[in-house]
Amino acid sequence: MGITFRKETFRDDYTFKNSPEHIRRFPFPFNEDAYMYAVNIEPHVVGPKGSVLENLIDVDEHYVAEMQDRALVLAEDPLRCQSLPHMTLAGWDLLELLMEQQALGYPEHFTLERNGDRWRWINRPLGIDDTFTFGDTSTLPYGPMEYITRQSQGDFCILDQRDGNLWMDAGMVTTQADWSLDFDIGMNFFEWHAPVPLAHEKGIFTRALKFLTNIQQGKPARRLNWTMTINPRLDTSPENYHKWGPDRATVTPENVGDKVHLRVELQSFWRLPRSNGIVFPIRCYLIKMDELVTQPKWARRLHRVIRDLPEELATYKGLMRYRPTLVEWLSKLDDGSPTSPGFGPD
Amino acid sequence: MAAKTIISRPIYGTLSPQPGKHHLFIADAEGALAIIDMAGKAPPGFFEGAEIVFIPGPEGKHIAALEALKPAQLHIAPSFASLLPRLRQTLTNAHMGLRLYLAGTEGLIGQAMQVALEAGMDHTSMQTEHRGSLARRMQCVHCKGITENVTTQPALCAHCGLLLLVRDHYSRRLAAFQGVCINAEDRTENPPMEEAFP
Repeated sequence: MGITFRKETFRDDYTFKNSPEHIRRFPFPFNEDAYMYAVNIEPHVVGPKGSVLENLIDVDEHYVAEMQDRALVLAEDPLRCQSLPHMTLAGWDLLELLMEQQALGYPEHFTLERNGDRWRWINRPLGIDDTFTFGDTSTLPYGPMEYITRQSQGDFCILDQRDGNLWMDAGMVTTQADWSLDFDIGMNFFEWHAPVPLAHEKGIFTRALKFLTNIQQGKPARRLNWTMTINPRLDTSPENYHKWGPDRATVTPENVGDKVHLRVELQSFWRLPRSNGIVFPIRCYLIKMDELVTQPKWARRLHRVIRDLPEELATYKGLMRYRPTLVEWLSKLDDGSPTSPGFGPD
Repeated sequence: MAAKTIISRPIYGTLSPQPGKHHLFIADAEGALAIIDMAGKAPPGFFEGAEIVFIPGPEGKHIAALEALKPAQLHIAPSFASLLPRLRQTLTNAHMGLRLYLAGTEGLIGQAMQVALEAGMDHTSMQTEHRGSLARRMQCVHCKGITENVTTQPALCAHCGLLLLVRDHYSRRLAAFQGVCINAEDRTENPPMEEAFP
């Protein structure tokens, strides 16, 4: 068994696609026909078989292609991976967490053997078999955070906890929705969220910080966030905005279904045992409109959400240029009938 | 100062004399006036433990007024860049309890704070007061180059030439505001440059 990893690209010819099974497991982020910010944090516990929550660290058919795309981003711009000097221990914590979780969930693809501090890590999809000393950076080809996050889907932010706040002091960020690790590194929770509209006034961040600083080891939490991306491009960084920004002006009634993608972030939050930091994986899932609307409930609901989205949010998410075209296209798939409660397809 | 702002945008206060024996002032141009105003509230003998480092700028004003405070040291520097080696050494050798006061343009306050942060001081322990120009230091998020003394919105990156929206989002680590391409989605859009940070 095991996963069949797709050969595909997230740039240039954009061959990324979801298989029919992956369409049905897509983490659709709307459980009702409207969207507004909320502190939608819940315990990160294992969910139904066949869902993205089947394992707490999800590996899917896009794994190998995503890791290749990450390597390309890092070769162009090494500043996407940074760690302030006091964060090395937290990097080892993260390495342990990701190796354990990937080996637990996908034993056919990953194996971790431990003999005291001497560890052997086998990653079959990427052809890696390394033996190293846990805690000794000189025994790995990269720092511990970079080493393991070059082998794990999603962006990773490691937050240091001090003075009752969380500080963005390390990260691997190559698939981000338009924020810059290089600019935000060293900032506290309120500062790096400063550009987000509306949520500060609603007290969202004060409550979220209180929750996050109380996260306990072994009890991770999660939330979903979303935006939209033109073409299945993982690297929608501000660094490259002048390269991908023009894509937003290319949406036409004819190509909406192929070009416009819903981009969902499954964010989870884990206490790290040695450093007392928090790691914040931001796992990105992409689905093109043509794939999404194969589930009629999702088509109807997405139409209503995008149509009724407050303008400030639509602007922040960068949708304004193509929203009318998208809403018009989706409206033809919305007969006005009610949608069933919950996130899943019917 | 901008009326509507965001949380990462620095907020400056008014200098006030702090308890302690050692005081380091770093100021440029009209920042001298913040020190002089504060001196009126300082206890007797306060400036006997004070070093003032001052960058007068092209107009060369306020030096005599600072001399009149009779600080233990008054150092006049032609530019922030020329001041850096001295400042680094002063902060490295400083004792616990040194009080830092920064006054003048945002660029001066930001860069002096950056050096002090690197020396291990906490930003909340520093006294700051903004005086004079609102000109911004800006980092281009695309090429990473820093453009000094940005007064317009949008502004040209001095390194890569992209037309940038100067955001209020600010990094203490970089001592800079963030600049992001303003016409990335359609380069034929050319919003006019207006004087925004005089």
